[in-house]
Amino acid sequence: MAVTLYWYLIVAAALFCIGLYGVLSRRNAIGILMGVELMLNAVNINLLAFWRYQTPSVMTGQIFAIFAFTVAAAEAAVGLALVIAIYRNRDTVIIEDINQLKE
Amino acid sequence: MQTLLFLLPQLILFLAAVLVFGIDLVGSNKKKWLPYLALGGALASLAAALYLAMGAALPTEPFLGGMLAIDSFALFFQFFAALVAGVVIISSLGYIRDCTPYLAEFYSLLLLASISITLVAAATDLIMIYVAFELLSITSYILTGYLRDDPKSSEAAVKYFLYGAMASAAMLYGMSLLYGTTGSTNLSSVAGALAGAEASLQWVIFPAIVLLLVGFGFKIAAVPFHQWSPDAYEGAPTPVTAFLSVGPKAAGFAVLMRVLLVALPGFHTDWMALLSALSMMTMTLGNLVAISQKNIKRMLAYSSIAQAGYMLIGVASWDLWQSGSVFDGISGVMFYLLVYLFANLGAFSAVIAFERATGSNKIEDYAGLMQRSPVLASTMIVFLFSLVGIPGTGGFIGKFFIFGAAIRAEFYALVIVAIVTTVISAFYYLNVARYMFFESYSNEETHIKPSLALKIALVVNCVLVLVLGLYAQPFFQLVEKSLEFLHTL
Repeated sequence: MAVTLYWYLIVAAALFCIGLYGVLSRRNAIGILMGVELMLNAVNINLLAFWRYQTPSVMTGQIFAIFAFTVAAAEAAVGLALVIAIYRNRDTVIIEDINQLKE
Repeated sequence: MQTLLFLLPQLILFLAAVLVFGIDLVGSNKKKWLPYLALGGALASLAAALYLAMGAALPTEPFLGGMLAIDSFALFFQFFAALVAGVVIISSLGYIRDCTPYLAEFYSLLLLASISITLVAAATDLIMIYVAFELLSITSYILTGYLRDDPKSSEAAVKYFLYGAMASAAMLYGMSLLYGTTGSTNLSSVAGALAGAEASLQWVIFPAIVLLLVGFGFKIAAVPFHQWSPDAYEGAPTPVTAFLSVGPKAAGFAVLMRVLLVALPGFHTDWMALLSALSMMTMTLGNLVAISQKNIKRMLAYSSIAQAGYMLIGVASWDLWQSGSVFDGISGVMFYLLVYLFANLGAFSAVIAFERATGSNKIEDYAGLMQRSPVLASTMIVFLFSLVGIPGTGGFIGKFFIFGAAIRAEFYALVIVAIVTTVISAFYYLNVARYMFFESYSNEETHIKPSLALKIALVVNCVLVLVLGLYAQPFFQLVEKSLEFLHTL
């Protein structure tokens, strides 16, 4: 049985949903960040699968994936720095306990 | 060389950002003049954009491998970004110096964020849109959390970041679907590949549009992707709040208009329905929740959510065959953005001046402001009137164009919601005015003397809001000219 494009797309969609579930259900800021990373990896699988099966002669999909994970790394670096800053201020990374800003 | 000339406004901003950052590293003495260098960079970039608008023939095709188009639409947002940077730098001069010793990085990041607005507006390729969008997001996260030792600032930044990271991942998934169906990331090639195949591709393009709207909706703070904005606005240093309420919103609208109009015009019935729903929710929730706010930064946060709702009406009632006419929707949005820029930055300049003098952001502390500082109260009332949309101010003309477009498109439900919520909005905007003019204040509170820089920011914004309201013609021509790219669709 040949592996077709759809298999990759289903894996990617499943990974995206798992990531989204993690983002919505986790209480820990680091856990939410890990969920976001799963969502971004789902995107990369999508991009590479589309590139391989749809336009293998044009590099666009690969380039897009490289940009996606480079930028995601920068984003994660900033995000972790912000989490450290809040931990120093409040001694917690549980999002529900970080609630000074309310009406 | 020619290509570099077209990128002059961006290059100047970038050079200024690098210089401000680099000069600060040399030697150990404090350099108080660095903010003025940043201001000079913003003004020089404004001049360069003006030169491009007046002089050289703009490239008709996207360049740099189809990544960027410096058309009149992009030029409009170059003006916009340089203006935002300039006004925010002027109004932040004293505030930031009091809060933190790290001046250079702040102004450097602010300039980088402004560059990213211009790049987002100029981007014609999904890859470039993503990279420019993330540059804007990442610099905004850092600016929001800039006061590291202030728990509120850090909390605002973490919340902003977590929402933002999720929204951009969803947007990227939408982009990957768009790329997969069309085999291209270039917006006009995407449109070409989709042409004629609308019905068969509905099942994959519709989710892609929804996912893209999550990312764009986050940037413009449309309900239900708005939860970050009241917290981020309240916790961030006030000049950053001023920037966040205008800069990312404009970038979000620029990319929303370009992607939907250039790449997905064939699916306009889908995205118009989605945008109408978003717009109704945004107007209703933004205005209703704003009523109960006690903190002025939080009130302005909900107000800016509501304003995004009005602007979404314009995009939702776009009509290709009307483009170029006054009520084509899109030109109303561009005009509204211009008015919103001056009114909101002006209101935040007043908030900064008040916070510097009293250390408070409570609306009830604005009592008797007319006696305590006539300049502050009389300019603030103009900004509030413009945000409501009272005739004589730019806000009225902006709302007139946008509601007019919705009536022409026969979206009567949208118009009714918009008018009812505008009336509601008058209540909470004029509530601030009531405190400023009619409430008495205890005598021990001192008079407020805004600094010269803040006075300049207040008066310039106030004059421009009034000019936009009383003599809108030249600005409207500017907007018309900025939409030339629509005629090539």
